[in-house]
Amino acid sequence: MADPIRAVAAESLAGRAAPRPADPAASRRPRAGRLLAAVPVLTLVLFLAPIAVGLFGTWIPAFGYLPALGGTEAGLGPWRTLFESPSLPGAVQLTLLTGFLSTALALILSLGLCAAWHGSRMMAAARRALAPLLAVPHAALAIGLMFLLSGSGWLARGVAAGSGVLGMPVWERPPVFGMVQDPWGLALTFGLMLKETPFLMLMIVAASGQVRIERTLAVARTAGYGPVTAWVKTVLPQIYPQIRLPVYAVLAYSLSVVDMALILGPSTPPPLAPLVLRWFNDPDLTMRFVAAAGACLQLLIVAAGIAIWYGAERLIARVARPWLSGGHRGGSGRVARAATGGGMALALLAAAVSLAALAVWSLAYRWRYPDLVPSAWTLGTWDRNLPALAWPAWTTLGVGAAATAIALVLTIACLEYEQRAGVRPTTRALWLLYTPLLVPQIGFLFGMQVLLVVLRLDGTWPALVWSHLLFVLPYVFLALAEPWRALDERYVRTAACLGAPPWRVFWRITLPMLLRPVLIAAAIGFAVSVAQYLPTLFAGAGRLTTLTTEAVGLAGGADRRVIAVYAFAQMSLPLIGFAVALAVPALLFRHRRGMRA
Amino acid sequence: MSVRTLIAAALAAGLIAVAAAPAAAQGQRDWDDILEEARGQTVYFNGWGGSERVNAYVARAADRVLEEHGVRVRHVRVGDISEVVSRILAEMTAGRTDSGSVDLMWINGENFAAMKRNGLLGPPFTHLLPNYALVDTEGLPTTLVDFGEPVEGLEAPWGMAQLVFLYDTARLEDPPRSMLELQDWARQNPGRFAYPQPPDFHGTTFLKQALIELVDDPDIVQYPVEAVDFDAVTAPLWAFLDALHPHLWRGGRAFPQSGPQLIQMLDDGTIEIAFNFNPAEASAAIADGQLPPTVRTYVFEDGTIGNTHFVAIPFNARSRAGAMVFANFLLSPEAQLRKEDPQVWGDPTVLDVDRLPPPWPERFADLDRGIATLTAAERGRPLLEPHASWMNALEAEWQTRYGQ
Repeated sequence: MADPIRAVAAESLAGRAAPRPADPAASRRPRAGRLLAAVPVLTLVLFLAPIAVGLFGTWIPAFGYLPALGGTEAGLGPWRTLFESPSLPGAVQLTLLTGFLSTALALILSLGLCAAWHGSRMMAAARRALAPLLAVPHAALAIGLMFLLSGSGWLARGVAAGSGVLGMPVWERPPVFGMVQDPWGLALTFGLMLKETPFLMLMIVAASGQVRIERTLAVARTAGYGPVTAWVKTVLPQIYPQIRLPVYAVLAYSLSVVDMALILGPSTPPPLAPLVLRWFNDPDLTMRFVAAAGACLQLLIVAAGIAIWYGAERLIARVARPWLSGGHRGGSGRVARAATGGGMALALLAAAVSLAALAVWSLAYRWRYPDLVPSAWTLGTWDRNLPALAWPAWTTLGVGAAATAIALVLTIACLEYEQRAGVRPTTRALWLLYTPLLVPQIGFLFGMQVLLVVLRLDGTWPALVWSHLLFVLPYVFLALAEPWRALDERYVRTAACLGAPPWRVFWRITLPMLLRPVLIAAAIGFAVSVAQYLPTLFAGAGRLTTLTTEAVGLAGGADRRVIAVYAFAQMSLPLIGFAVALAVPALLFRHRRGMRA
Repeated sequence: MSVRTLIAAALAAGLIAVAAAPAAAQGQRDWDDILEEARGQTVYFNGWGGSERVNAYVARAADRVLEEHGVRVRHVRVGDISEVVSRILAEMTAGRTDSGSVDLMWINGENFAAMKRNGLLGPPFTHLLPNYALVDTEGLPTTLVDFGEPVEGLEAPWGMAQLVFLYDTARLEDPPRSMLELQDWARQNPGRFAYPQPPDFHGTTFLKQALIELVDDPDIVQYPVEAVDFDAVTAPLWAFLDALHPHLWRGGRAFPQSGPQLIQMLDDGTIEIAFNFNPAEASAAIADGQLPPTVRTYVFEDGTIGNTHFVAIPFNARSRAGAMVFANFLLSPEAQLRKEDPQVWGDPTVLDVDRLPPPWPERFADLDRGIATLTAAERGRPLLEPHASWMNALEAEWQTRYGQ
């Protein structure tokens, strides 16, 4: 291992080990400690190397160099072809529109909810209702929305039935327009917003825990500020820096999403990321150079997008300063409450009905437009598809479990090292951790696939687990870091004073006490793995398929009942994961009152 | 016939029999070796996975070869087989000459031509399959020439397909019976017709059907596209589409993504006329609760495109023997009968039914082909597919004109 890497890794992931003298344990750290010290480095290498290689392997062919495909002379040819492509302007426009709009809407909705409903019962209820949505894979939600919003979807059926009851029948035949795959990408925007709002809310709530929000608000309220205004003027400026990275991750994701775009987005042309994927799959292999250039353009768009967003943050901060300090007290916030409450209710309703549509379609035998419910039901679709579904289901489960287990071990080792060495990670470390979430997947997966083919690892389990690990690890780390650091150090110290060696303290004290967050982190990691579409497509090389790749593949046109079976199965796995994560501690600790949450 | 010629004929027949006997024995020995080698292998069978019935059929066939020959078949479902062609080509350019990711693939037409052109297929293998002898190569010339490309034993016939149109007799009395009639009909019924977005093969087939009907001389599309003036030949097609598109579902700004989606849209009443490459699809969909029992199929006045689909073994297949065992099973009377059964799949067989040993001819004759399935006579002689090279050319031009 080269020293510079080690230095950066140690400094960044494990934090600045600055106050050396204050860390007397460091000099007489046992062997296990040294092993532990290697974990942050190992984690970073496992984590950043494939992305670095993948980016390299994408940029080189973008300039025409890929000897395996006969490209031996570097040049701007692929870029020229890319920019001459008649599909490109529309695709880029659509990408920017859906990416920015969905991120802005999700942020406004989640901030608005937190501001307008802070401390209320509604807020707690919204969080509980949104939590399962966090676990639902993007593809399953998109398919559900398709069943809800398409021309012959549940919504149109509802309008037809409702208008029929009122005696003014409309849409007795499905309307010729549809609300999915619309040319402006509004359905895609809506789907993304729905999926990202719970994540942002969770991040806002977590960030709120770190500032003295109640005190701040109390002071502001006694000064006569309205509740919403108080939150926006005093809390938001404090927590925004902490949710900045998650917001960028959401923006990057929305600008480069593939699976949702394939299902909900238009196809003439699609957004850039699916267009690039189409080029990668073109039978004409020279199109791969153009695809590589497109993948690089995607990376640039995301980078520019984040820069623009940052600029907008600055601008808003400047423009809002007079308002912030101007002393306007604001009203009761009734309008904000109504607007955000209504928006939230609508979003939740859409999500719930979409997911219910999956269940109903999977059990329908005959469900003709404009019937509101199937006229005949059957278990036959499940029965017929279970054998074929079993194989991808096992792959989904196996890859998810393996990636989650590895991520847990690495995360826990990093956190243990951090705790024992008495260091804290820096902002830079967080940026590194977020790298896989900020770099668009299509921007490096092609290069990574080339690497896997060279290593003869494509289509194998290790490759698939590795590719999932890149995305599972950050989430597991983010989910586990706070509870781990919050554990009262005195427990560990007491055990050590009683003569327990570190590993024993870890197994008998730390791990049992943190079992609940560990399992929740595992459930989150598993859910992230289940949802992966593009990594599975590239690393699985068609040999290894998951419920996600099958569901997205089917969504293009197969029998709705079959699509529903796959999407429902895909949605169920992570939800079962969360149920297990909640049930196991409850069962284990049923005799220990102190361990109940 | 004179005595001499009779004797000569008998002699010749005897000679052939004598010559054929060892050859047959040799073939049997080879086949036994192949069966031996195949036992325990896993075959990755890559094919279009968009139809539940097809997938169920493949799953059942996989079970059968596992129990009979110990060959495990994994069905890798793909959206379009061209993705797989591209992957194999990438494997070849990366120098992977063995242990490729695909053992057997469902293929025909331009994809077969591309594989053949790039040397992505292994040596000929159909002569090694005992059941290949049952194929009706005389009555079905498309089993030997695939979209103008000689097959040369590189792919084994699997089934027949012919374009048929579907409509609901309860809603539509007199469906259009040519492309030009369709255009008029669409103008009077805006938004009630759609075709899948090329390069989906149902969509591309629609383009080819329209092209054959609209060109002055349909024979011209049998030549490679490079040999003709593409712009001039296809001008009527684009004029036709330009006029048709504003009257399509969603004004031709969005397209369905596949053939099966048309079936669903027909059932919804979103569209009035659908089409499919499987003549028995409508009957099967009725039996399966996907279409009302009033749906019927028909073909255009001047006929519709028909073709054969095949299975082929890539050059770098890991389980070549296993792939051959599976290909042979797919050609067995048992498998072909199931394939023609509309309850199962509904594709017409590639076998010469009359030459099969009893009881197979009776069984084929006794098949209930379903309420909405046309007989071979009603379907008429299928129109030949344009030469394989037309597919990409049409798709690319379509993309430029309408895919933005």
